[in-house]
Amino acid sequence: MTEKQTIASMRTQLLSGAETVSGLAEKSLSVIAQKDGEVRAYVDVFSDVREKAEILDMRIKNEGEKMPSLLGIPVAMKGNILIKGKRATASSKMLENYIAPYSATVTERLEKAGALFIGSTNMDEFAMGSSTENSAFFTTKNPLDLSRVPGGSSGGSAAAVAMGSVPVALGTDTGGSIRLPASFCGLVGLKPTYGAVSRYGLIAMGSSLDQAGPLTHTVADAETVFDVIRGQDNYDATSYGEGVYEDVSVKEAYNIGVPYTLLEGMEADVREVFDASVALLKSQGHTVVDVSLPLMKSGLAAYYVVMPAEVSSNLSRYDGMRFGLHVGGANLLEDYRKTRAQGFGAEVKRRILLGTYVLSSGYYDAYYRTAEKVRDLMREEFRTAFSTVDCILTPTAPMPAFKIGEKGDPLSMYLADIFTVSANLTGVPALSVPCGEVVREGVRLPIGIQFMAPHNGERRLLDIGKRYRGE
Amino acid sequence: MKEEDILALGELARIELSSVEVERFSKDIEAILGYVASVRGLAEGISSEPKLGVIANVFREDENPHEPGLYTEDLLNLAPSRKGQYVEVKKILGE
Repeated sequence: MTEKQTIASMRTQLLSGAETVSGLAEKSLSVIAQKDGEVRAYVDVFSDVREKAEILDMRIKNEGEKMPSLLGIPVAMKGNILIKGKRATASSKMLENYIAPYSATVTERLEKAGALFIGSTNMDEFAMGSSTENSAFFTTKNPLDLSRVPGGSSGGSAAAVAMGSVPVALGTDTGGSIRLPASFCGLVGLKPTYGAVSRYGLIAMGSSLDQAGPLTHTVADAETVFDVIRGQDNYDATSYGEGVYEDVSVKEAYNIGVPYTLLEGMEADVREVFDASVALLKSQGHTVVDVSLPLMKSGLAAYYVVMPAEVSSNLSRYDGMRFGLHVGGANLLEDYRKTRAQGFGAEVKRRILLGTYVLSSGYYDAYYRTAEKVRDLMREEFRTAFSTVDCILTPTAPMPAFKIGEKGDPLSMYLADIFTVSANLTGVPALSVPCGEVVREGVRLPIGIQFMAPHNGERRLLDIGKRYRGE
Repeated sequence: MKEEDILALGELARIELSSVEVERFSKDIEAILGYVASVRGLAEGISSEPKLGVIANVFREDENPHEPGLYTEDLLNLAPSRKGQYVEVKKILGE
């Protein structure tokens, strides 16, 4: 399989008979055999890949042109997305032996569209991190430079695509966990509008923030996958169908807003790449203007109140009684305390404690309630901005992929999310696309830019993304 | 943040913490709270309650339940300890 094999190119080959699903499966497994010993993108490579591929080959014979959009396409799934009968670990010792008793809605939709699941990918434990270094199992390496992180938390998914084992992987994004790894690995990553994609069957982190979405080589492929997984679902009351949001139009040329004051203090060459992207967008006929989003710089602070609060609530379900790890103590209370002490890693504990603090009675108003109000103000600020601009443009991250072990203290790691968390706090969709490279220690490393649009504005994002990338 | 406060949070969150963790988390959380404290002034003078999302109160009719027991085995098989059709846990009340 070549590095840039896309869903579109595979489908053409499958339809023409130049390739079979079994052939694609073998190539996928062979890339994993060659590269994954070093990269370590996968926690599990599924044992039934060949068997499933044969069944899908039969479907191509029967259905031909009518076959659904992902028939026979190898797909990797982040380790926090449930596939019935497969292990779903969220890269945590707590769920090391957890076999999913049901499938996520996104899994069922991908399966119905004919996807071939290759394996489940490594991640920061329970999706908490920006590098995959917080995995309880091992650190995934960036396929473009093995001394660097692939980003996180969907780092295994990004590495699986970037090393050429699959053309698409699903990730989840709570504060940038699809877009940051996309940026670090030179890929396209889409964080859909909150509610566009069902969260049923995703292992929850921050329920008012989480969304699943694709990591791909092209914007067109991201669109193909988004069209399969999106849509209202009876099992997720926050998912929406038609008529909830207004249509967001696709235009000949867009008025793009850049919050320039936020970009101060970035690494100089990263800023140059960003400025070159702005120049390219202008040359494509778009207008680029400065847009005022003063609260966006406070977004990260609000995020690190809201998210841990939701984490502390969501992860209270891991009690050692119903599923997951159990460590026995002298009594039930000891069972809880020991199970959670051994099952959770340091970052997960840190966020649970922080969340417990901001929700405790003496501090609830000062932190949690205030952060939710700031979030409201941010939504209003974005609404106002979108009355004058069609989309908002920022870098995806203030830096390229950093070195494994470079970000020792948690706060410096959190700062990687500075541009991405606003989309989760406000619920708007965001797309990261590769926009250039910078050189670090003689290695060319990709940089991403992020487009944000009003709620339900994925079509606009995908349109501008395709045009920007010349697809 | 004082180490005893971290221990208290650990009790609330039902996580046993080692002395090394207590020391480390008290420094980390102090630093993180210092950073997030910037939100505290931003909403001053805003009295309105935070708004909910655009979709609220999505219910279905309480009808057409699935066949009883359909998922029982699948779910009980995940429990660390079971007794017949129940998840088994330690006694909560004393002897």
